[in-house]
Amino acid sequence: MPSLENIANFIHNWLYTTFNATVALLLEFTIVAILVIGLFSVLGLVLIFMERKVSAYMQVRLGPNRVGPKGIFQTVADTLKLMVKEGMTPNNADKFLFNLAPFIVMTAAMLILAPLAFAKNFQIWDINIGVLFVTAISSVSVIGILMAGWASNNKYSLLGAMRSGAQIVSYELSAGLSIITIVVLSESLKISTIIESQANGWWIFKGHIPAIIAFVIFIIAVTAETNRAPFDLAEAESELTAGFHTEYSGMKFALFFLAEYVNIFIVCVIGATLFLGGWMPLHFGTNTTFNEMMDYIPSSLWLFGKTFFLIFVIMWFRWTFPRLRIDQLLNLEWKYLLPISMINLLLATAMAILGWHF
Amino acid sequence: MGVTAILFWILSSLALLSAIMIVVSKNPVHSVLWLILVFFAISGHYLLLNAQFLAIVNIIVYAGAIMVLFLYVLMLIDLKKIVDPQRSLWIKLVGVATGCCLLLVLIAALSKADQTTALTQTIGGNIGLVENLGKILFSEYLVPFEISSILFLSAMVGAVVIGKK
Amino acid sequence: MIHLLQIDISKAVNEVENAGSYLPIAIQLLLVVGLIGLMLLASHKLGPKRNTSDKLEGFACGIESHGDARKPMAIKYFLVAVLFVLFDVEVIFFYPYALSFKQLGWDGFWAVMMFVGFFLCGFIYIIKKGALQWED
Repeated sequence: MPSLENIANFIHNWLYTTFNATVALLLEFTIVAILVIGLFSVLGLVLIFMERKVSAYMQVRLGPNRVGPKGIFQTVADTLKLMVKEGMTPNNADKFLFNLAPFIVMTAAMLILAPLAFAKNFQIWDINIGVLFVTAISSVSVIGILMAGWASNNKYSLLGAMRSGAQIVSYELSAGLSIITIVVLSESLKISTIIESQANGWWIFKGHIPAIIAFVIFIIAVTAETNRAPFDLAEAESELTAGFHTEYSGMKFALFFLAEYVNIFIVCVIGATLFLGGWMPLHFGTNTTFNEMMDYIPSSLWLFGKTFFLIFVIMWFRWTFPRLRIDQLLNLEWKYLLPISMINLLLATAMAILGWHF
Repeated sequence: MGVTAILFWILSSLALLSAIMIVVSKNPVHSVLWLILVFFAISGHYLLLNAQFLAIVNIIVYAGAIMVLFLYVLMLIDLKKIVDPQRSLWIKLVGVATGCCLLLVLIAALSKADQTTALTQTIGGNIGLVENLGKILFSEYLVPFEISSILFLSAMVGAVVIGKK
Repeated sequence: MIHLLQIDISKAVNEVENAGSYLPIAIQLLLVVGLIGLMLLASHKLGPKRNTSDKLEGFACGIESHGDARKPMAIKYFLVAVLFVLFDVEVIFFYPYALSFKQLGWDGFWAVMMFVGFFLCGFIYIIKKGALQWED
């Protein structure tokens, strides 16, 4: 059966039998590079198109429907348009930092991709501190946002960046704590081991109430961390025009925009990996016929199915909840989510010591 | 010269260059960003020593958290209003003297260090792995760990007192 | 030998413990920086460059912008940042604990409970003092 694992295996073996080790390694690097770039361009196009269509159908509209069949080439056209637009730098901006900021945000977003497992045994970089690495790199992107806001020398940008920074750092805490809940249950930071530990059931089923609470908190926190509605007050267009990227245009704006969608994808992959079993098919205990039936579906489809379900949920939030004020937003995190997730983590630890989970 | 040595020299020169740029650059926000680069270079050094946890934590806490704090503090104060105050000769002299004292202490400490036996294990060595660190931290160094929580408590009180003024 | 596509997990496990296993991330970093640079450069070459003084002014919804944007901000943001640093360190301490709690057993659990207890004391103090109240 053609799966990503078999294809990768085949290419790997073919390379190492045809060329000597150094050339094969270099060729492998090139292939991985092309795959990463390809994944990015496809992701950006698909997610932006999905966002528009989902928004449209939720508001009983049709959404883009002119360019290509059902409008599927609309995002391609938009990207080309953004490519040939003038990328301005305002006169009183800090020129160097202004141009550096989209670089940092985008680099951080693309680096997090490395340790993610996209299918069974199909992973660019399986490091033993995978989850910690993801947390570390995602904490760097806030610097890019603050830099963009400060360098623009625009009141809207600066206010947006301040709000955005406060929001991202606050919600990072509860996101981190809910990630650690799963680290406690699976006793590993390595992404492949965490997925292996869910072979007989996903953590959201096996982990009882602590895992479910952690999952809910994780989804709320990552929605806030990616600056999505209802937590999008960093770029609340009715008050701050576009928040920290008000002054950006052309390709530099496109990088911020793309980074936002790549970040949504990444947090959803992480959510799917930690709580919903990653590429692991739906297994129930030792009911073998059912398990074997589920195994027929390729592992990559499982991962992308779960991921896109979570992305859909996050897009759904946008049209369901009204935007919060900055004080409500910080109250929600500091007074409710943070203590709840901390106690939840201790509960999960006690449970794991007692061996109450499956 | 092996790969490790080359990487060491690249990272060291990067760290030193950025550290000099922190002091030299006129704009405080630029200084903060150079400082972030220093932290990344130091994280690279930790990775060479195979102290993965330390490397990642250095990025999370210093580059991620403390630098955000620095940037916020810089945005709190009006940078335009603070013209560089004319420091008197005495303050300059005291500054130079303190710097020299620190240098002296560092040199004294380094010259005492026994190079032949205390060479750090590079590449191999797994004391810096997270599991081993956890075992040591929560058994041997439990008391300092608990005391650090009291330190955090006092820091919280301090922050609230300053913030409420 | 580094297996980029992680074909043989068992082989990778032995290697992943040492510093050499960070080579892929270094290569990806170079690649990403190169790619973004290329994208920006392409757009810079393709796009028009007609700089007029009005266009390059800061955007303020069409009205003239008054004064400098870099005005001092509310102290609340500073407070959030300080508290974030403290709690972030607390979260970090959980990582080594989460990986070794089985061997440490209940002793380790009570130690962590005490640690969290101190933090909760500080937390209650913060709430009681109204440090997180945004309306003055």
